[in-house]
Parts: sequence; C-alpha cells; structure tokens
Amino acid sequence: MITYIIRRLFAAVVLLFIISAATFGIFYLIPRLVGATPETLATRYVGRAATPETVHLIAEKLGFYDPLWLQYGRWVKAIFTGADYNLGATVEHCPAPCFGYSFITKQPVWPELIDRLPVTLSLAVGAAILWLVLGLSIGTLSALRRGSFLDRAAMTFSLAGVSMPIFFTGMVSLLVFSYTLDWTAPGGSYTPFTESPSEWAYALLLPWLVLALQFSAQYARLTRAGMLETMGEDYIRTARAKGLKERDVNVKHGLRAALTPILTIFGLDFGLLLGGAVLTEQVFSLPGLGKYAVDAITNNDLPKVLGVTLMAAFFVVVANLIVDLLYAVVDPRVRLG
Amino acid sequence: MRKSRALVAGAAALALTLSAAACGGSDDKGSDNSGGAKPEFNAALTQVFNPSDKKGGTIRLANSGDWDTLDPGETYYGYSWNFLRLYGRGLLMFKPVPGAEGNTVTPDLAEGLGTPSDGGKTWTYKIRKGVKFEDGTEVTSKDVKYAVLRSIDKETFPNGPAYFEGFLNLPEGYKGPYKSKGVNTDSAITTPDDQTIVFHLKQAFGGFDYFAALPQTVPVPEAKDTGAKYKEHVVSTGPYKFETNELGKSFKLVRNDKWDAATDPNRKALPDAYEVQLNVNADDIDNRLLSGDLDVDVVGTGVQPATLGRVVGDPTLKASTDNPTLARLWYTSINPTVAPLDNVDCRKAIEYAADKVGYQTAYGGPLAGGDITGTILPPMIPGYEKFDLYPSADGTGDVAKAKEHLAACGQPNGFETNIAYRAERPKEKATAEALQQSLARVGIKLTLKPFPQGDYFSQYAGNPPYVKNNKLGLNLNGWGADWNDGFGFLSQIVDSRVIRETGGSSNTSVRIPEVDQLLDKASSETDAAKRDAYWAQIDKRVMEEAVILPGVTAKSLLIRPKTLSNVFVSDAYNMYDYLSLGVA
Amino acid sequence: MPDGQAFLEVKDLKIHFPTDDGVVRSVDGLTFKLERGKTLGIVGESGSGKSVTSLGIRGIYNHRNSKISGEIWLDGKEIVSASQDDVRKLRGNQMAMIFQDPLSAMHPYYTVGHQIVEAYRVHHNVSKKVARKHAVDMLGRVGIPQPDRRVDDYPHQFSGGMRQRAMIAMALVNDPQLLIADEPTTALDVTVQAQIMDLMHDLQAEFNSALIVITHDLGVVAELADDVLVMYGGRCIEYASAATIFERPEHPYTWGLLGSMPRMDRPVQERLVPIAGSPPSLINLPKGCAFSPRCVYEERTGGLGTTVAPELTRAGGTNHLVRCHLPTEERQRLWVEEVKPKLEA
Ligand SMILES: Nc1ncnc2c1ncn2[C@@H]1O[C@H](COP(=O)(O)OP(=O)(O)OP(=O)(O)O)[C@@H](O)[C@H]1O
Ligand code: SF4
Ligand SMILES: [Mg+2]
Repeated sequence: MITYIIRRLFAAVVLLFIISAATFGIFYLIPRLVGATPETLATRYVGRAATPETVHLIAEKLGFYDPLWLQYGRWVKAIFTGADYNLGATVEHCPAPCFGYSFITKQPVWPELIDRLPVTLSLAVGAAILWLVLGLSIGTLSALRRGSFLDRAAMTFSLAGVSMPIFFTGMVSLLVFSYTLDWTAPGGSYTPFTESPSEWAYALLLPWLVLALQFSAQYARLTRAGMLETMGEDYIRTARAKGLKERDVNVKHGLRAALTPILTIFGLDFGLLLGGAVLTEQVFSLPGLGKYAVDAITNNDLPKVLGVTLMAAFFVVVANLIVDLLYAVVDPRVRLG
Repeated sequence: MRKSRALVAGAAALALTLSAAACGGSDDKGSDNSGGAKPEFNAALTQVFNPSDKKGGTIRLANSGDWDTLDPGETYYGYSWNFLRLYGRGLLMFKPVPGAEGNTVTPDLAEGLGTPSDGGKTWTYKIRKGVKFEDGTEVTSKDVKYAVLRSIDKETFPNGPAYFEGFLNLPEGYKGPYKSKGVNTDSAITTPDDQTIVFHLKQAFGGFDYFAALPQTVPVPEAKDTGAKYKEHVVSTGPYKFETNELGKSFKLVRNDKWDAATDPNRKALPDAYEVQLNVNADDIDNRLLSGDLDVDVVGTGVQPATLGRVVGDPTLKASTDNPTLARLWYTSINPTVAPLDNVDCRKAIEYAADKVGYQTAYGGPLAGGDITGTILPPMIPGYEKFDLYPSADGTGDVAKAKEHLAACGQPNGFETNIAYRAERPKEKATAEALQQSLARVGIKLTLKPFPQGDYFSQYAGNPPYVKNNKLGLNLNGWGADWNDGFGFLSQIVDSRVIRETGGSSNTSVRIPEVDQLLDKASSETDAAKRDAYWAQIDKRVMEEAVILPGVTAKSLLIRPKTLSNVFVSDAYNMYDYLSLGVA
Repeated sequence: MPDGQAFLEVKDLKIHFPTDDGVVRSVDGLTFKLERGKTLGIVGESGSGKSVTSLGIRGIYNHRNSKISGEIWLDGKEIVSASQDDVRKLRGNQMAMIFQDPLSAMHPYYTVGHQIVEAYRVHHNVSKKVARKHAVDMLGRVGIPQPDRRVDDYPHQFSGGMRQRAMIAMALVNDPQLLIADEPTTALDVTVQAQIMDLMHDLQAEFNSALIVITHDLGVVAELADDVLVMYGGRCIEYASAATIFERPEHPYTWGLLGSMPRMDRPVQERLVPIAGSPPSLINLPKGCAFSPRCVYEERTGGLGTTVAPELTRAGGTNHLVRCHLPTEERQRLWVEEVKPKLEA
C-alpha cells in the first residue's frame, strides 16, 4: 500500500511537470508558431502609447528573445531556487517556490494563489457539504419512492438544476435574495473566516446554495440511479430478511453501495472545483482561484495563467489519487496489494 | 422533457419579473432631490444633480477589472486620472465643475497655469506653499521633478503615457533616475527653488499645460519610492490616503489629516471614505447600482448590454441614467495606398455611399452606440466645428452622389476592395457587414478580412506594406483622446509622421503634408484660442481628402448614483466627476 | 393458540400486484400447514409464485404496489394483519431466510462477521463483542474452518460453498423456528450441494425448526421434504407427503416435473424431459384449468379442462390434494399404466 502511494505520488509529480511544460507550450510556443515575434508578445505588457523602443525593452526584460527551452528552464529553476525581479527603485526577491512572477501586477504568483485558496476552499467545502446532503437525500428518497409525486418533482427540479447555467441562477438569485429581498449578501462581499465567521458564512451562503443547486441536481440523479440499481440487489433482500429496520436497509446497505461510484465523481468534481469554481466566483465576484484565473486570462497575464492552471491540475491529480485510495478503502473487492 | 423546458422557461420569466420588480423596488429608495435637477434622463449631464455640502459617509465604488495601476507615474486610464485627484495633486488639474468649463485646466499644486517663455519651449510653474505629503513633509518642486523623471523609465513603467520623454530636452540616453542615477537632468527640468519648477522642451509646445495636468506631475517622495511597487503604497498629497490596499481585490481611502483645505481651491472632500472593490462581475455591478447596494461603476464606460436592454424599455429606469458623449470616434480608414483608392473621387464615393445609420446600429444604436458624425473631432474638443462634407438626407448615404464620384474616378461600375476589422469585436464585424451592404448599392464590392486584435496594428491594418500588398482598402478603426483637446485627439491619427513602415501605428491612412504642418503650427501655439482654431481646420482638410470615414462619436449610458450628492458628468473624463461626489 | 392450529398455517393467501398491464396474481389462494421439525418443499416452474409466497410469509411486501389477503399464522400470531414493524421483528429472528446465490446475497462491502453480527444485534441487545463471539460460534457450527479468522473476511474471499454455509450461519444465528430456503443449492456444484443439504438437514434436526425449501429441483425435495406443495400459476395444484408425491402423484403437471427431474441412474442426455409449452401469464390465466394448454390429458376431461377451473380436491393418498378434473381413479390408472413406466424406462 505504502509503495503504491509513493509510486502514485511520484507519477503525480511527473504528470504535473508534463502539464506545466504543455501549458508553457500552449501560452509561449503556439503564439510563436503562428507568427508572433518577441515584440508582439511584449506588446501585451506595455501601454497603448508604447514606442518600439519600449516594446523592445520589455521583450528583452521578459526574456522573450531567449529560446523557449531556456525560458521554461528559468521558470522551473525559479520554483526551486527563487528569482529576483528588478522593479526600478527596488529589486524584489520571489522566494522559492517561485511559480512565476506577474509583470502586470508586479507580484509573485505563488503567494497570491495561497492567498486565494481559502476562498475557493470555503466555497467548495461548503457547497460540497450542501450538495452531498441535498443530492444524496433527494436522490435516495426519489429512488425509494420511485414514481411518486416527490420523485417526479425532484427529478424535474434536478433536470432544471442541471440544465440551468450558474451565471443564470447566480444572477437571478442575487437579484432576488440580495437586491430585492435583502436576505443575503450582495456580490463581492467575501470576508475571511478568520476575520468573522458569521460574515464569512453570510457572504458565502448564496454562492454555496447556487453551486450546490447545480451539483445536487446532478448528484440527486446519480444517487437515484445508483440506489435503484442497488436496491434491486440480492443483498438488500438479505438485509430485509434479517429484520433490519427499513432505514438501515436503505442507508447502510443500499446507499452505502450506491455511494461508491458517486465517490469517484465527487473526488473529481471537488478536485476541479478546488482549482477554481470559475463561474460561481465570477458571478459572485469571489476572490478565489477561479476568479483569479479569469482575471489572469482577461489581462493576458501569462505567469498567473500558468500558475493557476498548474494549481488546478495539482488538485485534480491529487483528487484522483485520493479517490483511488479511498476506493480501495470503500470497496474491499478492489483492495490493493 | 417538455415539462422541464417549460420549467426553465418559467424560471426565466420569473427572473425577468423579479428583476423588473428589483428595479421598480429600487426606485422607491431613490433620493428625493431637494434643489438641483429633477431625476430625469441626462439630469447630471450639464448640471449638478443633488447639490449638497454635507460631509461624511462612505462612497462605494466597483471596478469590473483590476485597476490599471494606482501609481500616478504609470496610470493611463481616464477613470483612474479622474479618481487619482482624491489622493494626488498634480501641477494642474481639470476643473471639477459641470459643463464645458469642466474641460479646462486649472491650477492645483501649482499656483497658476504655466508661464511659457522662449516661444513655448520653456514652461515655468510656481508651487503652492503648505502642501504636504501624508507623512507631514512639505511638497517641493524636487518631488515633482523626481516624479516626472521616474515616469520616464519605461522598463519599470511600460504602461504609462510617454509625453514627457517625447518633449523634454533630456540628456542623450537618459533612462530615468533608477538606471541613470546621478545624471544631471537640468537640461530638461530645473528647480531653482523649492517653489519653482521649469520644464525645458526640445521644441515649442503650446499645450504644455495639458502635460502639467497629467498625473505624472503628482509629486513622489524619492525616499518612499519603491519603483514598480510604489503603486502598493502611494504617498498621498490629496484629501484622502490609502488605509488598505488589497491588490486585485479592494482598497480603501480615508481622510488624510495632513491635507489642508486652505491650499486647495478645488476639492470639497465631502465623504469620509472611498471603498473600491476590484474585479467585480460587470453584470453584478449594474444590478447593485440599480438596487442602491453600490454607488459608482468606477470605470465609467457605461452599463452592460443586458442592463441596456432593461433601461431602454423602462422609462422610470431611464430617468435615473445619464448618456454622455465620449471623446471617442469609431471610424473607417480609407487607404490611398490601395488602388483605386489612390484617386480621391473613389474615396469620396465611399464617403457618400456609406450608410451611417447602419454604422450606428452596429455599435448599439443612439443610446449606447453614439451619434452619427461627419467630423473627426468629437463635439467636446475645444475648437470643434460641426460640418459634414458628404451629407445625405437621413444619414443612410447618397447613392446618386456616390455614383457621380465613381464616374469621375473612372470606375463607373464600382470596384473591389477589402475591409479589415478586429475579429474579436462583433461590433466591428457588424459595421463591416453594414458597409459591405451599403457600398454594394453603388457596385463597390467589399471582402471582409478579420484579423486578431492583438496584432491588428502591428502586423495587419497598421502595417503599411501589408496593407498595400493585401489590398486592405478599408480598415475599421477607433480612437479616444488622452485628454479632450485637439492635440490629444488628432496627433496620433492624422499626423503622417507617426506612421511606421514596420507597423504599429493607429494612423493608417492619413498622409497629408499640409496637415502635418498645421499640426506643428498648432502645437507650438501658446495662445489657447488661436491654437484651438487650428483643430477644425485640420479636421476639414483631412475630410476633404476623404481618407477617413467618420462613423459615430461614442456615447455611454451611466447609472446615476441615487444615494450620492453633487453628481455631474465631467466634460474632461466624460463620466461622473469623482472628486465632487458626496453622500446624500 | 387456537386448538389444533399448526406452527405455521397459511390460509387462502393471495398476493396480487396491480400493474399497468393488469393485476399479476402471483399467489392466488394458497393454503398449507407446517409443524416444527418438519420440512415443506414448494416446487414449481419459474414464475409460479414460490418466492412471492416466501415474501408474503416474511411480510416483505410494499403496500403501495401489492395487495395481500388471507391469513398467515406463525406460532399463533397472525402476520398479514400485523403491523410492519411487528413483522420486521419476527424476521431474521423467528423466521430466517437462506438465499439462492450467496455471493450476491451478501453485501460485498461488509465482512462476513459484520453481517452476521448485524443480524444478531437487530434482535438481541448485546455488545458487538458478544455478538461477534456468537458469529464465530455459528460459523464454526456450519463448518467453516478457523472461524475466528475467517470471520473478518469479506464475502468475495469465501468459496461458493463457504458462502452458503455463512449464509446459513447468518440465518441460524437467532435460533429461528421457521427457516425458509429459496433455491439454497442451485448455484452450487453437485458435491457442495449435497454437503449443504446434509448441513441443513442436521441443523434442522438440531434446532427443531420448521423448514420450507423452495426449489424447482425435485431432487432437493426428495432429499429434505416431509410434505410437498406443487405450485402452478400462483396456485397449489398438488399437495401431499413427499412419499405420496414421488410414489403416486396424481397431477399431470407433477408428472411432468418428475419427468424433468435429473436422476443419477440415467445418462445425461435422457435425463431431462421438459414440459412442453411455457408457464402461464399470471395476468390472464388460461380459461378453465390453468395447465390445460400444456396438458396432454386435457381432452379426457370432456371440455371441462378449458371451461371450468378445477377445485383442489381430495385424492388417493392421505392428506393428498389435487387440482384436476380427471377422476382420482383415472389419474391413478394413468400414473401406473402410462406415466410411471415411461419415467422408469
Ligand atoms: N412486485 C411485483 N410486481 C409485479 N409482479 C411481480 C412482483 N413480484 C413478483 N411478481 C411476479 O410474480 C410472479 C411470481 O414470481 P416469483 O418470484 O414468486 O416466482 P418463482 O416461482 O419464485 O420463480 P423462480 O423459480 O424463477 O424464482 C412472477 O411472474 C413475477 O413477475
Ligand atoms: S384438469 Fe384437465 S387440463 Fe387440467 S390438469 Fe387435469 S386433465 Fe389436465
Ligand atoms: Mg424465486
């Protein structure tokens, strides 16, 4: 088991390097292949009145004249050794792990990612709890009362939930609950948990609900399908024959088995979400990783884009690993040597 | 399946009703204005809405993106220059008053406007006594000199305007105080005493007072300068200073107790604080403005398309908006380097055949798109004259006249050429299509050529060899001035000397030696009235050559803050004046 | 207990499922008795209602999609009219169940021990430790080697025969007085089948419980049962002692079943003579005798077979009931003269 984990972790690190190289390639190599020169790349970092001299200066400063492998090598090296950036009157040291330095905001990327992670984490964890509770219970009830009014209502609702995009549900719920009824916080009112737990929850309530709505709809459908399948299994018949209470039959035997495939999907969903709940963070102006990614892309701030992409990839890879390990814990039939 | 669709449709309908209710509901919260203009459409366009001297309160602003930079030496956005006056005092500033007077410069840190000598090659400013930085040290002419010189370092401040390095008589190879440490710069700026600063130019420039109104003249204490990081801790000279500054998220300005109202004739400093949120979802900004949860969309470029639709359809909503004209022209360059457009009559045929109503529609109609125009200059530029050399009855073009000119040009059946536009801009695409249709009426056949906007000027439409070789007869273009005067507006788009063979210039079609000469005369003229007279002359001359097809002068639709006092549109920035606002 | 009542008495049991296509009459008027220490075999083709009968006795039906009527008396308690929770408390405790496929019948995510412990603790308020000791004991008694170790194994770590033993252990852990085994050996290979049957036999003797063996394998019945109930289309068509059923069966369907019974003394290819035709629809039973479309003796009833439904009437053996229009004598004659010789040929 331990060697398995180590092997997987090692593979994860290698994978991250490949992803970093690929991302680097996408943002730095492809533009060159389609004809961009170091100067045209540099125009993204200068103002609208920039002279050719300024453009040249910046292209040089950003190392755009160097071969790509050298640029990538510099980037990788900075991760391990840190790097220095000349800011005119001062020199800023970007300490290891220096995952890039933004020439637009004059900030090292890594501390910003760390700074924004709690926001995304808060959003993801809260929403995940909500959607698991909602999705699993609605799905279970629907499956147990298959064909009932509750089932049909829940499934219609969840189809709507799945098919309505977050920027729609988000905007509408903000309009209704924040701006008309004044029950929930307006967009952009995130407060860190460490500052005020109550304001933190107040600001996140609506994003949690909106995100959870989308996911719980999906999870309700998954749970229902899974439950319908497991409730037809022979071991459920056995559980009843033992005289177990119906609730225990449903939960301990039915849901438990139905949960396993959901666990896999949940792991991936959650991992993806940790990389940034892009739409939700955008709609509610939450300063998390997703918003960070959107802003970075809008501003063409490549070091940030690269950093946040890697961070997201990291979470997906780790989530994958955890799911695989958990799978073995949950389903004894796939125990690993 | 059908049921669920109905449900989604129902939810959408519900959302619309609720949003309508939200707007209706928010109307009740609207201020009962005592005095000043009525809360009607354009109420704050030329007069003060809700005038008041009440102090206190916090003004809440939001920016849908990041602030370009708070560093006065590098910031290059109108909204930022508008806002910066709260924490920085340059030599001069635009007057915080409604109407055309708001587009005039007035002394701020300086005691008066600049005194030109040597025929406009030297400009002297006297600095007020008693103006202090937020740490209590007094501002001297050396702090202004340092601020201007540091802004020249384009490696550190690549985004800032480049007027000073272009005009100041700097030593050869000077790269700013960080790299060229200890270099004597007296050839460019001298500070004979703490209260005097003298600028020495390479050539006479009559409009130097506009340079003196740039935020780059806001003093920076050398000891506190951290280069590119200074934007994180700008040292205030205005009535407000930074209390917090969370990069990319928010910042807050609070009162600066070292600011002395006695030294400042322009600022009322009504609110106690300004809170600015960054990177806020643009649609959310509109909704919060309408509900009163937010006061100002600080970027000031107007509402989002979704909100526009709501405002147009709702008279009560519309009454709480202002619709200023911007100093921005959407136009089409007609390139004489591409045959048969080397013939002026062929160009005139295009001027006549173009349907400007279609142009306007492509940009969003009269409210959000702008006003149809026959001139290059927008109306708020001093010296502007209204004219249209190629008029048509209803703005949809004059086909008969166009055909006359085609005949004169030797192409009676029309000709073929290409029209370039920026692929990422749907409005430009719509415009190109509208032109394609209207020019087809006289046999001029246009082929649409989209190009990526990042390289549009450097590689394609602004690259003269490319234009010629690929027969880009027309290309869509747009221009906004750095400040509202003829030099700021015209110099980059009608001066043939800014065209570079290697590409990158906004001027793609105007090469008229006479215009270049007029520009030189105008720019060295130190008498404002005489100078302004040149601009209309240049405008007409370019239009006679028919190398620019003006489309619309842009407009924006602003949601007027209902909770604030002293609201008016600044003619200098064409958005609300941020210096004067108070909390009602 | 009302006098003369047997340990288990089922009277006119009907279990119907109303569906969109019509009412499925899975069990339609079933009556039988069973005493402690005795074994009843219920046989019949697939879909004849055997398992539904078992569900009915164990009170596992959903009131929203099924209709049940009649009486089921277990040790003096009526089950049809009892509350769901009362019946649940009997389940696994007074009456236990052994299922056909022990791999799918045990939960793959819980250890065998856990599942036995769970079964015990539903009905006994004891600590997990005590219950576990019980589980280990039980596993030992059903012949699992090293039960204290194997108790923590998961079902997939057991062989098929061990799993079935574990299932039996789980069923017997609460000392049930009624044991229902639904196809207990079908999934097992022949040698293991024999072991399991021996085991059930021994355990039944030891616990003195009543046993219902549901199967379509008459071999199993021959091995275990005292009485046999033959079901067809949701009804009992012949009910008698095992000896009677094997020696002088009177229903043409039972004859068919016997004909398809595997016998060790014959070569494989001749062993099975399936009954021609297919089982009846439980929604629309054939008019008259349900078996008539497949019955080779139908014309001997003079048209009655396709028009009038036969009643369950006394037949030749003691306590022998048969549902057929043919007179007893003729049936006995047919058996002796025509059917039996063919079966033995
Ligand atoms: N919930 C239900 N709804 C409708 N029909 C049902 C339901 N449960 C069982 N049936 C039907 O009742 C009939 C009898 O089923 P049952 O399971 O008792 O057969 P069986 O004799 O046990 O067959 P097998 O030997 O295959 O196990 C079948 O036709 C089945 O389809
Ligand atoms: S009643 Fe007739 S059809 Fe039915 S089993 Fe007896 S002989 Fe056959
Ligand atoms: Mg069955």
